[in-house]
Amino acid sequence: MKLIYEVPGNDFDRAGEASARVKKALQRLGVPADVVRRVAIGTYEGEMNALIHAGGGIVQADINTESTVITVRDKGPGIADVKQAMQEGFSTAPDYVRALGFGAGMGLPNMIKCSDKFAIDTVINRGTKITMSFEHKHS
Amino acid sequence: MHSVYVIREACNGCVACVKYCPTEAIRVRNGKAEIIATRCIDCGECIRRCPTHAMTATVDTLEATQNYTYNVALAAPSLYAQFPANVKREVIWQGLKLLGFDEIFDLSAAGDYISQEIESYVKSYVGGRKPIISSACPAVLRLIQVKFPELIQQVIPILSPGEAAAIYMKKKLCSKHNLSEGQVGVWFITPCPAKGTNIRQSVDVKHTELAGSISESSIYGELIRIIHDAIPERNLTQTITTGSSYGVGWGSNGGEITAAGIENAVSVQGVSDVFAVLEEISMNKMNDVDFVELYSCGGGCVGGPFVAVNRFVGEKNLKLRIRNLKKQEPVERLEAMQGCMTCAGFPTSEEYVKSLQPRPMMQLDEDINVAMEKLEKMDKVLNTLPGLDCGACGAPNCQCLAEDIVQGKAFETDCIFILRARVKEFARGMIELSTQIPLTGAEEEAKED
Repeated sequence: MKLIYEVPGNDFDRAGEASARVKKALQRLGVPADVVRRVAIGTYEGEMNALIHAGGGIVQADINTESTVITVRDKGPGIADVKQAMQEGFSTAPDYVRALGFGAGMGLPNMIKCSDKFAIDTVINRGTKITMSFEHKHS
Repeated sequence: MHSVYVIREACNGCVACVKYCPTEAIRVRNGKAEIIATRCIDCGECIRRCPTHAMTATVDTLEATQNYTYNVALAAPSLYAQFPANVKREVIWQGLKLLGFDEIFDLSAAGDYISQEIESYVKSYVGGRKPIISSACPAVLRLIQVKFPELIQQVIPILSPGEAAAIYMKKKLCSKHNLSEGQVGVWFITPCPAKGTNIRQSVDVKHTELAGSISESSIYGELIRIIHDAIPERNLTQTITTGSSYGVGWGSNGGEITAAGIENAVSVQGVSDVFAVLEEISMNKMNDVDFVELYSCGGGCVGGPFVAVNRFVGEKNLKLRIRNLKKQEPVERLEAMQGCMTCAGFPTSEEYVKSLQPRPMMQLDEDINVAMEKLEKMDKVLNTLPGLDCGACGAPNCQCLAEDIVQGKAFETDCIFILRARVKEFARGMIELSTQIPLTGAEEEAKED
């Protein structure tokens, strides 16, 4: 089954809504709790990146019996140096974002840690697409 | 199995309980509240909220002590909180004795022991997920089982003071008075229903040594009367040991953290705030905190539904009592606590504690394919509902009604807005139809007259 949620750009009042709804859906489907937790965290990080850096985006959850694939797509600036972006602690978040407690530079590393498979597709001035897949069997 | 239940005659179907239940475990059907057993965590929030006192909990009464040869009362700090600070604990214990108990155990002493276990667990915790979650509140443990099973591994595997005290007293008294296990009744004087449920079906201890729980409010009146009649200061009941000010602090929020000396810790009370914090913990947003103390009742145990005094009065009483105790104690925390820990052979948790079992309740179906179909159906139904979450249908919100409809437990017309729309449609249809039905002979004549 496919779930699609829009992420509003720079709207911190609604930050986290997409990942919260994905989480609830997976709980209703009976996906193991520890898997749901990882999907929720990974989706949240993707959602926040789109919100903070890309002016918003789309979160899509493709849920099958055996696995869930989360795709986060945006039409933002893209990432110039992906390797640098993957470094723990590195962040290009503006000051006001850091003042709110975000932008710790752990988003991409956390996504990799949480997911079973991770892929990133980014083009400068065109946008970024992140794909994370999660197996439903107990970890 | 659960403690909380509905007194149907008193229930007027107002949905107050339905709206406040943290696990959406209540529905009003046929004008009466009904509790869904798989979702109830016995937190007692509904008891607090019911305006007609139709919600209550099963607890044991003093009569139950007659089934035992020797009865011990476990007196908790939340009980002391119901008396002004200048009423000595010894006087309260004497009051309990006059109610029929053979012996009293001061649970603040158990608090001292458990605090030391917590302290060493937190200090030696390496490699596991943080924060470590306190196991003191049985309603919170149930909430975690039911809504946050992924956090079970973070719950500290340590007995609650009441359970530990019961194990200790049972063993000691059986040998001291040459009694069999079945002859000794250890009773928890409880501020809440969750403790009672945990005795009937314990989730955190392999086998409970507690005989039952007696609510604090049910004996409060008697105790006040007895104490008022001035218990002579001589011959006051002594207990095996008296807990320190730190043990007494367990009755209200922040007590565990202070007693266990954990600097990097957070205390949260009130079931909806606890729920919100558990969500954050699940999302890894609090993993830089070492320990969280969670209480389902605002204020901690002093705010329990079976506490007779207002929770702020209780907090104030405890604070003053603690201040008085501190005057007589060594200043240094560990010294103060160890001075009170004179129970040789007090149990350590490892032997007795049981790991929590997950009890997830959100699944729509055992089969994920069927669950997906139901989820899609739910979405469709939800789109036809007004989205007001008004509660008039007897469910807490439109999402729950949609789920109940899909599961065959409710009808779309339970929604009063849908019902009105259908009635209007039906009425319109009737009016239209009536203009199309040809008149009978008699009616035509009546028309011409």
